[in-house]
Amino acid sequence: MGLFHTIGMYVLFMGKVFKRPEKGWIFYREVVKEIEKLGLNSIGIVAIISAFTGAVITMQTSYNIENPFLPSYLIGVTARDTILLEFSSTIVALILAGKVGSNIASEIGTMRVTEQIDALEIMGVNSANHLVLPKIVGSMLFNPLLCILSIAVGILGGWMVGLFTGIITTQNYLEGVLYAFVPYYVTYAIIKTVAFAFIITSISAFYGYHVSGGSLEVGQSSTKAVVYSSVNVLLFNVILTQLLLS
Amino acid sequence: MIRVVNVSKSFADRTVLHNVSAEFEQGKTNLIIGRSGSGKTVLLKSIVGLHDIDEGDIYYGDIHFNSLSFNEKKNLRQQVGMLFQGSALFDSASVEENVIYPMDMFTNLSKKEKVDRADFCLKRVGMENTNNLYPSELSGGMKKRVAIARAIALNPSFLFCDEPNSGLDPLTSIMIDELIKEITEEYGITTIVNTHDMNSVMGIGDKIIFIHDGRKWWEGTKEEVLTSDNAELNDFVFASKLAKQIRYGNANQPIRPYISLG
Repeated sequence: MGLFHTIGMYVLFMGKVFKRPEKGWIFYREVVKEIEKLGLNSIGIVAIISAFTGAVITMQTSYNIENPFLPSYLIGVTARDTILLEFSSTIVALILAGKVGSNIASEIGTMRVTEQIDALEIMGVNSANHLVLPKIVGSMLFNPLLCILSIAVGILGGWMVGLFTGIITTQNYLEGVLYAFVPYYVTYAIIKTVAFAFIITSISAFYGYHVSGGSLEVGQSSTKAVVYSSVNVLLFNVILTQLLLS
Repeated sequence: MIRVVNVSKSFADRTVLHNVSAEFEQGKTNLIIGRSGSGKTVLLKSIVGLHDIDEGDIYYGDIHFNSLSFNEKKNLRQQVGMLFQGSALFDSASVEENVIYPMDMFTNLSKKEKVDRADFCLKRVGMENTNNLYPSELSGGMKKRVAIARAIALNPSFLFCDEPNSGLDPLTSIMIDELIKEITEEYGITTIVNTHDMNSVMGIGDKIIFIHDGRKWWEGTKEEVLTSDNAELNDFVFASKLAKQIRYGNANQPIRPYISLG
């Protein structure tokens, strides 16, 4: 019963969010701010994690295929497909659920408990639309760029570690990265990223918006936002994979 | 003028307001007073529409507020200013941006006109030359004054103030009270102030409504507050030792035990 109630509240909340913005130029300004806050400020963490994960995938693959019958370019193939199919969309989304999700829930939750949302409502502003839609749009626009950056940096990280440790030559690694490349995988990763961006921002905003109480409840909402965003990312990862790759 | 008729409001199985009826007059500072938890904030938030009432009617002038559609309420709210207990300034915006915000949303004024209006409102509340400061850089009293400037930015017809003096020192409280009263009279606004500060009652209360246990218990003027024989009102008004000394000639007069009628 609680689950259905929450889903119902979420649907009603989305109904409030997806309304025509009061003023186009204010909406545009807010989207740009959110792209900076949620997107540009995430470049560092996405790049660092992608580089190290690309490196570790390359090393682990190398240690696991120490077999003279397996060509070494398979290390490049494995690194590319792992990063492309799963890491840069799903794992990065889980990382962003932690960083961006908690940020959104605590920001909106604090606005709720300090009556800033009430102040917007009193002015006649649709607070859900004004606060949440720019975050959703900003993330859905910018996260695909983060995904592409993650793919590039991850593959680069794999190459760098191969180069420095000598587990694979540059030529073999590049051969593997280019071997049997399916361009659709990039589309698949981007579609998943866009869907995950919506899930993370909308669920986090939902929990922040419906906080009541004080700082303790804001913290709890932030935790819920991260947990439920992550679970939904994983759930929709399965659904989208079935839909897009089957 | 704002009129509430037989308004009731419950949360879960707890009734907070019982058939409250009152009239709040234009150009006057109307005060809702009562002990903490008596239901005055719920009444104020019900009047502005932050809480949906269970029963009763609310009128803004001749407009029946309850029956308005979402968009009609939205239009009406552009005539409403509200000062919240914690000021509710937008943390991420400067003082000037806070005051300009309602103009951004609901007017087509040029940038210069909006800045001029913000300057005027800030000057009116004694906060000139603070345009670029952020709420975190302001004291409690300054935040309240900026919140008043934001509330009057669109020339509202109705002003609501929820505990405008909470957390302020006595002198700043008086300054905020006087500012609310001056603005009310200057612009002919219907102002409703929710307070339990007796200094406010005696300083600016043109009309006073005493809420006790979710019911309208008493109504009158600030002069009548002092001479009323309503026992619950007297317990509230003369709660301090000094007030008891003045009223009863005995600072140790016990406060009547609180009797819940819910």
